[in-house]
This record gives sequence, C-alpha cells and structure tokens, in this order.
Amino acid sequence: MSTTATSPQPGKPQAGTPPRAEERQQATSEKPVTWKVPVLLSALGIVAFIFFGLMGPNQTARFGLSSSGDFFQLPALEVPGFLGGIVLSVIMLGLAGYAVYLKTKDQAAPRWLPIAFIVLFVAAFLIWVVGGARTPSISLAGLIAGSVTLAVPLVFGSLSGVLCERVGVVNIAIEGQLLGGAFTAAMVASMTRNPFIGLLAAAVAGAVVSMVLALFSIKYLVNQIIVGVVLNVLVSGVTGFLFSTVMQADKATFNSPGRLPIIDIPVLSGIPVLGPILFKQSLVGYLMYIAVIVVWIGLFKTKWGLRVRAVGEHPQAADTMGIRVNATRFWNVTLGGAIAGIGGSFFTLVAIDSFTKEISGGRGFIALAALIFGRWNPIGAFFAALLFGFADNLQSIVTIIGTPVPSQFMAMLPYLVTVLAVAGLVGRSRPPAASGIPYVKG
Amino acid sequence: MVRVLKLELKGITKRFGSLLANDHIDVVVEPGQIHCLLGENGAGKSTLMNVLYGLYEPTDGEILIDDEPVSFRGPGDAMAAGIGMVHQHFMLVPVFTVAENVALGAESTKAGGFLNLEDTRRKIQEISDRYGFDVDPDALVEDLPVGVQQRVEIIKALVRDARVLILDEPTAVLTPQETDELLDIMRQLKGGGTSIVFISHKLREVKAVSDIITVIRRGQVVGSADSGASTTELASMMVGRAVNLTLDKAPAQPQETTFEVKDLTVVAPNGHHTVDGISFSIARGEILAVAGVQGNGQTELTEAILGLQERVSGSILLDGKELVGRSVKDVLDAGVGFVPEDRKVDGLVGTFSVAENLVLDLYDKAPFARGISMSPAKVLENANSRIGEFDVRTPSAAAAAGTLSGGNQQKVVMARELSRPLRLFIASQPTRGVDVGSIEFLHRRIVAERDTGTPVMIVSTELDEVMELADRIAVLYKGKLVGIVPAGTGRDVLGLMMAGLSPDEAHADKLHHRDPALGNDPVPGNSPALGNSPTPTSASRAEGGDHD
Repeated sequence: MSTTATSPQPGKPQAGTPPRAEERQQATSEKPVTWKVPVLLSALGIVAFIFFGLMGPNQTARFGLSSSGDFFQLPALEVPGFLGGIVLSVIMLGLAGYAVYLKTKDQAAPRWLPIAFIVLFVAAFLIWVVGGARTPSISLAGLIAGSVTLAVPLVFGSLSGVLCERVGVVNIAIEGQLLGGAFTAAMVASMTRNPFIGLLAAAVAGAVVSMVLALFSIKYLVNQIIVGVVLNVLVSGVTGFLFSTVMQADKATFNSPGRLPIIDIPVLSGIPVLGPILFKQSLVGYLMYIAVIVVWIGLFKTKWGLRVRAVGEHPQAADTMGIRVNATRFWNVTLGGAIAGIGGSFFTLVAIDSFTKEISGGRGFIALAALIFGRWNPIGAFFAALLFGFADNLQSIVTIIGTPVPSQFMAMLPYLVTVLAVAGLVGRSRPPAASGIPYVKG
Repeated sequence: MVRVLKLELKGITKRFGSLLANDHIDVVVEPGQIHCLLGENGAGKSTLMNVLYGLYEPTDGEILIDDEPVSFRGPGDAMAAGIGMVHQHFMLVPVFTVAENVALGAESTKAGGFLNLEDTRRKIQEISDRYGFDVDPDALVEDLPVGVQQRVEIIKALVRDARVLILDEPTAVLTPQETDELLDIMRQLKGGGTSIVFISHKLREVKAVSDIITVIRRGQVVGSADSGASTTELASMMVGRAVNLTLDKAPAQPQETTFEVKDLTVVAPNGHHTVDGISFSIARGEILAVAGVQGNGQTELTEAILGLQERVSGSILLDGKELVGRSVKDVLDAGVGFVPEDRKVDGLVGTFSVAENLVLDLYDKAPFARGISMSPAKVLENANSRIGEFDVRTPSAAAAAGTLSGGNQQKVVMARELSRPLRLFIASQPTRGVDVGSIEFLHRRIVAERDTGTPVMIVSTELDEVMELADRIAVLYKGKLVGIVPAGTGRDVLGLMMAGLSPDEAHADKLHHRDPALGNDPVPGNSPALGNSPTPTSASRAEGGDHD
C-alpha cells in the first residue's frame, strides 16, 4: 500500500465529489409521500365498518381449526358476527387513521401497516360471509389446506414466470405450458401406467413449449407477447384436438393416468392447520416447496443467479463481462417451462385423474398476476399464488355453506386484490429492466 | 508485480454493410503508456476499441499481444488476455451493489456455486485503498454519483488483472473537477504499470495526460503526435483542414429584457424537484448559456419553457405573456424556437424527408397549407432555400432525414427553428455529436440570431461551447441555479460551480488551490475578471433580470 501521490488535497474534498454523494443519497431517500395509501385504507375501513360492522350478521361464525384425524385437537374458534365485525373494522379505521396522521407529518406508512390492514380486512370479511350463511360454520383448516392445493399450479406457473422475466423474457405462455404439461402427463402416464413417468413427461412438454417461445423471441426477435399468446392458442388447439380424436376414442389407454400417491409423513401431518399443507402432499406438492426455495436461493445466493439477474437487468453489461446473454436466456426460459410443465401435471395426476379440454382454465394468467404481485420474487410469488388460491377456495366453500353473497362476486375477489396491489398499496413494484427486450449485439 | 504487455493492432478493418468504420488501422500501445486515440464523433474510435475488446469481429487485420497474434471471440477472451474496458455508457447493473457488479462474470464462489461476496469486497477494498477511490462495496450503483460509478468500472477491470485499460470517452459525463481526478487516477495507474488507451475528442484532456496521440479520421489513422503538439495542430489533423477554434463574435449589445423566468419549479413523476426555484432573465441580443453536468435539470428546464413538462409552477414570461400552463403549440406560436437536445428523438422524424422535416412546425400555416390540403411545391421550395442557406449536405430535399450525418441533421433542425421570426431561441446541446466543421457553422448562426435581437438560451454540457458562446453563464446543479456569472469566468471556477459551489465559494476555493494538472493556462482576458472580486453582479443577477 503505497501512499497515493495524488490523494485528494486538503481543501478539495469540500468542493469535490463527497458532498455530491451525500446529497444524492438524500435525494433518493426523500421519496414523495402520497395520499394514496391513507385514502385507500380509509375508504376500505369505512366500507368494512358499514358492511362487516353495522350491517354485520347476527349469527356466530364458527371456524374449525382441526380435522378429526389430527394428532391433537384444537377447539373451534367462535366469533359473534356483529361484534367481531365492529371490533375488526374499528381497528382497521384506527390503522387508516394512523396512516393519515403519519401523512400529515409527511411520513410514509410503515410497510407492515397495509399488510396488517389486509389481514384484518380478510378476517372481517370471513366473519361476515360465514356469519351470514345458512350454516355459519366452516373448517379453517380445510379452507387453508384447500387454498394450498389450488395454489400448486399457480406457484409452479409463477416460478416459471420469475425465471423467464428475471432473465429478460416475458412469458405469457405459462398457460400453454401448464396445459401442455397437464395433457402430456395424462397421456404418458396412461400409456406407461406410471404417473411418475407422466410427471417427467410433463416437465419435458413444458420445456418444449418454452423452447419455442425462447427460439422465436431470442433468435428471431419476434415480439415476446405475441409469441406467448400464439403459443397459448396453439397448445390449446393441439391438446383439444388430440383429446377429442385420441383420448376420447380410447379412454382406458390414453386418458386414465392414475394418481400420484399422497405421501403422509406420520406425526407431523397431524399438526393442526400446518400439518396437512406441509406434510400431507403429493410428490408435486412437495416439489412445489422445494422449487420455491431452490429458485430463491439460486437467484439470490449463487453465481448462476447473479448472472441471470444481470442478463435480465442490463444484458449489455453482462455481455461485456463475458456472459453469453442469449444462451443464458434460452436455457432459463426452457427451465421455466419445465417447472410450469410439472405444475400442469398437478391437474391430471393429483387433482383429478383424467384430462379434459382447457383443464388449466386460465390459471396461467393468474400465475402471471401472482408473479407481478409477488414482485418477481419466488417467495413473493408463492404467497401471492396462495392468496389467489385462498380466494378461489373461499368461493367454492362459501357457495357450499350457502351465503347470501353471489358466488360471482366472490370469484372477482382475487382480481380485485390484484388491482389494488398493483395500484401501489404494497409499494412500487419494479420489473427487471430488460424484461421483454430482445438482446442484439452491437 | 504487474506484468506489462505490449499491444498491437495491425491493419484492423471493420465494415458494417457498406460503411467502412475502420480502414486498415495500425496502432501500437507500448507497455506503461497512455496512448490517446483522438478523433471526432463517428471517426471510428469506439468501433476500433470494440474490436479490440472482442465485442465486434474485425473484417480484416489482426491483434498482437507481446508480438503473438490473438483472436477474441468475446469480451471474455479479451479480459483473459489482460484487456479491460470502461465503456462510455457504463456497463453497470443499477440495482446491484458495487460488489455484485464487480463480481459479475468473475465470481468468487464457495462450494456449490454459492457466491462469496466477502472475497469480492476485500478485493474492492484493496484497490480502493491503493488508489484512494473511496468506494463502498455495499452501495447500490444507482445511488452513486457518476464519477464514483466510473471508478467502479475501473475497479472491475483491475480486479480482472487488466494490464491494458481502455477508457472510451470517459470524461463526457464528468465535471471538470471529476475529470481532473480521473486524469490523476490515469497517471497513477500508469505508474503502477497499466497501459491505458484513452479515447477522446477533447484536445485539452488529451494533451494533459497522453504520452502519444494517434489521430483517427473517417476510420483511418491520419497521423500521430505527442502531447507537445499544439491544439490547433491536433484539431486540424482531426478535422482534415485548418479550423478556427475560437469564434469571432462581437460583444453583446443587450437591449430590453423580454424573457423572464421566476421561481420555476418542475416536479418529476417520482416527486423529485428536477428544477428547483429557478429565476433568471435574458435580454434581447444576449446569449445566456446554461452550464452543468448532464442530468442536473437542464432538460426539464427547457422542456418546461416549451410546455412539455407536466408539473410546473412559477412563472415564465415572454414579452409579458405567461407561458406556464400553455400548450406547446401556443408556446411555439408565441415565437419560441427550440432545438431539442436529442435531434433523433425530438428534433426530427427520421423517416420523413428533409423537406417535410423543415416544415414540421409550420405545415398548417400559409404558405404551406391551404385549407385542409398542403402545398408540396411550397414545401419543396422552402426546403431548397433552407438547404442552400444552411449548407445542408443531402442528396436531395426528398432524402429521409435519418440518413444524413449528425451535423447535417442538426443543421436541418436549426434551419427549421430559425426560419420564422423568433422572440426567443432555445438550443439544447446544439452541437452534440456534430463534426467540428459544422460546429463552427452552427455557432455562427446562433450568434447571428443573437445579433438580430433575439434573446438566446443555450444549454450545453460542453464547457468549451458554453465559454465560447455565452454572454452570461448560468450554472445548474441538482435543479438549482448555482449562480449566473459573466462570460470570461475561468474554467476552474465554472467547474467548481458545476459541482455545486456558489460563485463566491468557487472563487475563494480557486484562489486557495491551484490545480497542478490543468486549467492553469488561463484564457487570456479571464484573469482580470477573476482577480477582481467575487463578481458583484452574480448574486443579484441570479435573483432575476437586472438589465435595463
């Protein structure tokens, strides 16, 4: 360490760069505090107070926490409808008031505040719906377990999206990958009489769909959105055609895949609420948890992930550092497709044991929403997918117990949540800078 | 300890379609030398360096390292051979930390491919300490000032053991002070045994630091010189003919003040005040040049005047009429001529013909329009006369504007804006990416417009241009007006102001400390103005027009 002959001379620092750095830092931290969050929360709080509180149900809502087979039993949670609604909505109004108070002091609401608000809102909503039903009782454990089940293909789909967008390719073809996976899983599992081979085949099918996307968007620079949409239509057409010509003709040979067994881990699966969702899943369910964790660690803790993210943010910078941009993109998109394909196998190997036309039913697009809601982060996408699964499941359960709320309204819920989320309630989300932009050298 | 390396480019030729970007270029970079490639924008310097760095494949020719021919298929090969490059546009991922950026592509890993950023941090710290870079490995790159980002780029190359460092127009984005610091760093690196290829078109910097200068013009090496060569000599080599570097302009004859900006504030969508409470005025027959490092509010200031910005408060008065809140059309009709900073994006429609581009703001008025139809004959007539008047080199008036050279495109924009009677003329970066020959011409036109009695506002990040054209100089820093100083204020004082010091502080600082590197050749005629007193007029002028 030789002393530097040209270290900044005294008198210069005040004039030179250091003050600039500080000021710049200040400038970036002073984000504008808007009225968006306080106003939105206040409005929702008032809605909650009127509907869930004042117009709340008279019955007591009963939430079962354990199922009969659980290792140990928890008593059911009973909440008087009217009182519960009033108390929760008053707390919500309190939170909204706090946000308004902070705004008057020119401070932003802390990150936990909107989240806590949403949790309360959902709880109050549940009490309201259940308390107003013909049979005011649902199994909370069942509700959550069902949510996870419904979320499985969404999670796989959104992981596929994360992998593709993080590397700079927009993947609208998640729907096609799910559907292709579902079809191939059913077909191959039926023909080989082995659902595990079907699972592998689903991954291959998803990867193949993705490779087409990758080829056209990376090599031939076709607009990625258009390729994605076309792929969805193509896969839907091909699987629909094969379904009616091949599968329908001989169901026994081509469309009876059999199910993947549910692997029940003794003792652990008996834990109330958490047991069934974590320790009583099919292979696909366990793979989901593994995939979320592996993709997260991979993206943020490894050399591979650093390169992937660099390619998705600033491909030219990656190129000048000797990283092969388009090859990285191609293989990541392919991997994403394989993951979505596995998610597709859930429809035909776990949920039910046969393929029908359009079995994925638009869940690929919900997965896309989950990816954005989850801010391009595997764990965020996982929870977003869970939320959508929850809303989906709630809709069917609520219809069963006979609620006055029309089920169509309930079906709107996930999208309503998405719109609110994307509108900025949970903060600004920032996609990878180069997502959707093809990379051409020079 | 650092192995030095001799680099030789032999007969490098690079063709893009029919365009010959490099034509048999020979350059030898001796070990431990600062070798400058001097040439105008578009002369082929960057192409040559991209060939050397493995980004482009040369059409012909070879690269020799220590007399051994090598071939690079990508930047990875070039880096492995000991060549590092700092690009003009930084190759940094803004959302990554410094350490992540430095690690990228040459990651230290633990078992299983896990990143070992600790190791990278240590290396950064080491280099940062050795050269006094003062870089925090954990800072997010997007939060760092440009000068520091550049050091991160240099660290990136050094971590990879670069023995030849290519700096592509490194000073374009720096304040004069940051530039001096960079030149110091370059000398240090050279002292440590790193050879440097310094690409620039700025004669002053080139002379200050180079051991040898190779001049490139139109893809060919046209000569070489050492740092003792005079600026005029270098400039004429660069341009290919004798150039007059100084503009002859008569002193301004300011008349009444007709343009006045008061407390102008522009708020960006993210809530930043990109222009923050600026007040100034311009008299008829006077050029006010707005200086500052790129991105300090100049763009927003000009766009606010034109009516292109959304959230504008304060007042902009032209001939007593308020312009804030008016549409762009109204502002143009009020007699504002505007040359935008990026002609390709805002100045021209590239696929339209030159003739059409010349009437972009007049197409709906007589004589070009009759009712709802246009008169192509008049448009063509107008085009031919403008092309002649502004010496636009174009195959015909029907040629697509996008196919012209930068200088000729700029002439088209300028011709259009100056073709109607103006009450205010604003030109942003009037000569960016324009050849030296056209610069002279454009500058003379701007001064001619002033002499007809139009208030003129020039925005430029090139200090030389500011000093040449200005009758008064306003300096912007982070959206605020640092001060307005008279023409003839020294480069060093302006430089300090561009870093945010008020004119008084800048003068004081400058008196205390004279930079040994540069800026000591005071422009004749400057010294009296500086020596006197901290410009008594500057403060009052900053408040608002004080012309009578």
